[in-house]
Amino acid sequence: MRKRSFFGLSKPCFRYELATGTTVSPVVIPVPEKVTLYIKTPYQKTSAVLKPGRSVKTGERLVLHEADPCSVISSVTGTICDISPFLADFGNAWTAVTIRTDKNEMADTAFSKAAEQPSLDTLNRFFPSCPGEPDFSALADDRHPVHTLVIYGGNADLLIDTGLYVLKTHIDAINAGIQILRNATGIRNIAIAVPRESVQNYSGHLDAQVQPFGSAYPQAQPLMILHALTGRLPDETGTAAMGIHFFRAEAVAAIGRAFADGRLPVEKNVTVIDKTGKKHLAIARIGTPVGALLKAFGITVDNQDRIIFGGPMTGNAIYSEDLPIGPDTDAILVQAKSDIALYSDYPCINCGDCIRVCPAHVPVNLLVRFLEAGQYTDGAELYDLYSCIECGLCSYVCPSRIPIFQYIKLAKYELGRISFAEEMNEP
Amino acid sequence: MNPKKTLLVSHAPFWHDGGGIPERSYHTLLAALPAACAGIAFYGAPALGVICLSISTAILWELLMNRIMRRPITVGDGNAALVGLLLAMLLPASAPWWVVVLGTFLAIVIGMQIFGGIGGNPFNPVVLGTAILSVAYGRHLDFDAGLVNFTFTAFASSTDPISALKAFGPEAVSHLRYLDLFLGKQVGGIGSTCGAAIVLGGIYLIFRGFIRWEISIAFLASVYLSAALFNMADPTRFAPPLFHLVTGYTLIGAFFLATENSSSPVNLFPMLIYGALGGVLTVLIRNIGAYTDGVLFAILVINLTNPLVDKIRPRAIGKAA
Repeated sequence: MRKRSFFGLSKPCFRYELATGTTVSPVVIPVPEKVTLYIKTPYQKTSAVLKPGRSVKTGERLVLHEADPCSVISSVTGTICDISPFLADFGNAWTAVTIRTDKNEMADTAFSKAAEQPSLDTLNRFFPSCPGEPDFSALADDRHPVHTLVIYGGNADLLIDTGLYVLKTHIDAINAGIQILRNATGIRNIAIAVPRESVQNYSGHLDAQVQPFGSAYPQAQPLMILHALTGRLPDETGTAAMGIHFFRAEAVAAIGRAFADGRLPVEKNVTVIDKTGKKHLAIARIGTPVGALLKAFGITVDNQDRIIFGGPMTGNAIYSEDLPIGPDTDAILVQAKSDIALYSDYPCINCGDCIRVCPAHVPVNLLVRFLEAGQYTDGAELYDLYSCIECGLCSYVCPSRIPIFQYIKLAKYELGRISFAEEMNEP
Repeated sequence: MNPKKTLLVSHAPFWHDGGGIPERSYHTLLAALPAACAGIAFYGAPALGVICLSISTAILWELLMNRIMRRPITVGDGNAALVGLLLAMLLPASAPWWVVVLGTFLAIVIGMQIFGGIGGNPFNPVVLGTAILSVAYGRHLDFDAGLVNFTFTAFASSTDPISALKAFGPEAVSHLRYLDLFLGKQVGGIGSTCGAAIVLGGIYLIFRGFIRWEISIAFLASVYLSAALFNMADPTRFAPPLFHLVTGYTLIGAFFLATENSSSPVNLFPMLIYGALGGVLTVLIRNIGAYTDGVLFAILVINLTNPLVDKIRPRAIGKAA
């Protein structure tokens, strides 16, 4: 557990990991016996295309039905041994495809044919599940035309090295990816967000507008960068309505590499942080179970420990070592039971610590009272819910240990659902 | 793999700074202790009796209310003990037992628990309890009447300086040295007279971040300024500003009462307004009002303004202008 500073007048101050640190070469995790991949569409029993027993090749595009837009790229060669429903965050229903791997690796050739002509259609067809998980659906949406692409070159949270490692080592691939994105989407306006300390390494070398951010948390949060770029933050309609779309640098690098090699990248860079805070950089096939990575670094997980996808401030806790790393898993953080601070059911005592620490000037003490009561609309209209940049600092300092960040995420999700339903009902 | 192994799952963030309500309560208790000890040193065993009775009954009232309302038992967080200690510090050492028990009932039950416990109280429970007692049973809270059988050899005056000021004007208290008053050599509440100890505790709380310094400083500055204005207007009727700072409940009010979390604002300008308003009201009540000491009623009034003044806040980022 972290400790509050003795002089409580001082605010907690965190810094992101810097790219200037010593570069360690990542450990390549061997291909595991089984990988699990997710197709982000509900499970259907009647899939004619995908059945247990079918053999797949590395880089093959897997869909439940031919016409389905949702797909996943197989990261290994092997045989499908199980297809089952999977319940993801916020109750989303996905389909989990488990593949037993084969020793002899064979590459699928469908992409290399399509790679000759980079187009938005090709990108949308082959890349949504590639490392960095780029989302192209917003680019195809006519209602909210996108005018700016932002390439996110930071580490999304504390302790994580992945983002800057990719930026540092794959800069040529990123440049190639920017070219492909520009040609395929027709969007001229591309910005890349990089740390201020290393701006000189990128400005002029990259074919994009360089947007620097500071190294103090939460300056590199995607919403903070959006605010620095536009002076605004998205409301319940999301970033799409602002005409701005984010890509991770790793995704752009993956696009650049894929078109150069004619082969889809299937490996993800992951920072693994053990219980003592020691960090390891790993390269693993997408779909590798977390347990395999932890084993590779000799990290043991005991009863009531915590495993987190992502960093300590904004990550997601997972419930099993068998869960696979996804295309968006930048880090795996393991916490010992003794380091975990539990939430409590105390009410807000109005101490004002959250007000002092909030970088967005959100009246957290008032907002949380509305959110606790489920009055999300009032929270959004009166108490600046949509100014929250989702850094989690309010929950970090709260003496009542209220899960404030969770309330905020839930409120945004619920309001987003209402807004989406209303939009769908419009003639 | 051992099938019994379960992982803890919760929402981000996964770090916490380790602070909590018990920590805040116990450190505030610690900060209040020097002033309470000074009171025991001056007034002896009766003061100790009042403090013990007050803390224990405050805890019992809270336990009782937790049981009646079928809420989780919250006495362990130290908040009830803190309310009990602060209440005792405002009472004279001569307070009869039933006044103490009634006082903690008013503070804990009427002041806090019926609003839902910690964090829900619109008024500072200690101030509310003491204010009701002083209106209803003023005789038992009158320091001169209560402490008439005590002998104060170390004190320059054996009467409450602020009552003397009210009754006889500044001339009657002109022989008192401010340093003596600041060191606690005056008749008053058990823990409210020794300004040095209170300031010590207050500075500790400010540096540890347990109270908001803006409120305390604004309160004291405003007491000083408004008393100075009165004093300049008519020195024969109104006492000098320093006298107001070191007598009555001014210091304990500024550091321990006005800063109570739930009933005070959290934004910068509201805190300054809130504190300043409290200081002005204190001096107004003392100088031209009916009551001897204005701090209790001033704090009740600024507690009322808290939700209103706290609407003044910085614009959140990303909002369309």
